[in-house]
Amino acid sequence: MTAAVELRAITKKFGDVIAVDSVDLTIEDGEFFSLLGPSGCGKTTTLRMIAGLEFPTEGSLSIFGEEVGTLAPNKRSVNTVFQNYALFPHLTVLDNVGFGLKMQGVAKKEIKERAMEMIELVQLAGLETRKPSQMSGGQQQRVALARALVNQPKVLLLDEPLGALDLKLRQEMQLELKKLQRDVGISFVFVTHDQEEALTMSDRIAVMHEGKLLQVASPEEIYESPANRFVADFIGRTNLLDGTTSNSETVILSNGTPIKAENTFPEGTKVSISIRPERTKITQRSESSDSLSSIEGTVETITYLGNARVYGVKFTWLSIEVRDENRPGLEVFNVGDDVTVHWEHDAISVVED
Amino acid sequence: MRKRESSEHVVEVATPEFEKSAQKKESRRGLLMALPSYLYLILFFVIPLGIVLIYSFATRNRFGGTDLSGWNVESYERIAEPIVRTILFRSLWLAILTTVICLVIAYPFAYYLSTRKPTIRNVMLVFVMIPFWTNFLVRNYAWRVILGNDGPFTKVTEFFGLGTHELLFSQKAVVLGLVYGYLPFMILPLYAAIERIDGQLLEASRDLYGNGWQSFKNVLLPLSMPGVIAGSILVFVPSLGAYVTPEILGGAKTTLLGSYIVTQFLTARNWPFGAALSFVLMAVMLLMTIIYFRKGGRTL
Repeated sequence: MTAAVELRAITKKFGDVIAVDSVDLTIEDGEFFSLLGPSGCGKTTTLRMIAGLEFPTEGSLSIFGEEVGTLAPNKRSVNTVFQNYALFPHLTVLDNVGFGLKMQGVAKKEIKERAMEMIELVQLAGLETRKPSQMSGGQQQRVALARALVNQPKVLLLDEPLGALDLKLRQEMQLELKKLQRDVGISFVFVTHDQEEALTMSDRIAVMHEGKLLQVASPEEIYESPANRFVADFIGRTNLLDGTTSNSETVILSNGTPIKAENTFPEGTKVSISIRPERTKITQRSESSDSLSSIEGTVETITYLGNARVYGVKFTWLSIEVRDENRPGLEVFNVGDDVTVHWEHDAISVVED
Repeated sequence: MRKRESSEHVVEVATPEFEKSAQKKESRRGLLMALPSYLYLILFFVIPLGIVLIYSFATRNRFGGTDLSGWNVESYERIAEPIVRTILFRSLWLAILTTVICLVIAYPFAYYLSTRKPTIRNVMLVFVMIPFWTNFLVRNYAWRVILGNDGPFTKVTEFFGLGTHELLFSQKAVVLGLVYGYLPFMILPLYAAIERIDGQLLEASRDLYGNGWQSFKNVLLPLSMPGVIAGSILVFVPSLGAYVTPEILGGAKTTLLGSYIVTQFLTARNWPFGAALSFVLMAVMLLMTIIYFRKGGRTL
């Protein structure tokens, strides 16, 4: 089976600035694929190259096996949902949705039928004579989706489409988008800087930073075995403890404390141990514990989140964050309490700096 | 109980009466500031216009003077005469031609300008406005030199073996002069309109299978329409009543409305007829200006 989108050693330079640096990427047909990274990491430029709105400086880019490197955007069977929707303000919803079909010379009657069908699919029936300015952000978002999908693209590209919506609506749209993607069955390439959004929706995630691709994997894998320190830090909250590998079982932290941590790095490699706040347990100091999977400290801060308490625990040489889910019968600690923070061996991951 | 207690402490400050009187004061202050402009407009626009209107219904006496009696609409009826109609239509035609040529030249340039970097844009906008630094009359005489006998234009056409072309004192020369004079009035509103169009809309059009022409026709042009209307009116209105350019470049063969009106006042000494023509021209311009403010005024 040919991949939906294939990037081979794609580089994009704007003058001297390298926006995308030799990226290799294969997006399978029918998957929900996210390009995730902080702003300026090259994710949008990558998407725009697939759309044809930018042309790669080097490398090869193909869509369903067809090389499209410098093919004009109107000649590619992909469509884009733009960041601020880019709806045509002078056209009604119906004309916005029918725009792509009209440009392709589809008969007027068919345009209307297909556009109306799509407007119904995104639950905007009855609003087809409105102008974009008369609609809410969420409705405009749906129009943008309908306008792209009505053309039956082989791949749908989405450039931070939920960024302008408020939290509640965004979460609703996340689920809806995911459902829509399953229904239409084509691959969605979704650009976002919101790691939670990427984890929620994606089949696979590509994490980018400074133009480079750091890791391409499923949400579970990205979260549980991040490829390096940046990915571990960017995805979710984590505590990163600096250290050096001593053998395949042990990492010596920078203050000399040995920690049990399975790793595949050669001895003496500078690494970080990533411990997720929700994977740790916090107990009174007196209880005996496995010193290789725990450290002792003092509660410094407490943040009450409703569904959890996050403790900032201070050790002599660093502070870490501990998240305790708010279950009944939970032991609650106060600022200044002496505590032990411990974890299961497999709850941590060792990443390269 | 608590509610009543607390309400006793509330002191009403901005009562409806207070706000009303504050609003009145504010609007009175505004009127005071606008007063000089109002006086100026009444003194130099409304009153003269009224005089023109009154004169257009008056009678010309045997000695070339005007009798402010025997009111009639004869002057307006004369507009239907063949000679007057010819001049009227010629003026209209040249004004339309000037407007269309300006539009065709200015639109691509305005688009190009709006896609440049801000610093380059500003420099180019200054270039567009540089001609205004020289007197309009002087610039028209410069064209007379360029287009005249043995002028640079003729020399160039002769050099390339295109024969001797004498543009001066023809309609072509008038249109050339008008286009030259009013082009900036087309460029500026067009630029203002195109510049504010979100570039992503054109990308969206390309993404939705629109080629360059389709994107222009379906997205760029409709969205820049306010600029097109504004620029067209700003060029059409002064072109229609142009006096200086046709006088200098058009010679005696192509009389236009502006010159014809001047003739009525100074040579033919038929003030009522001149006033009627002026008033009709003014009415056309006023109509165009109203259209401009209703449709295109927002872009400036």
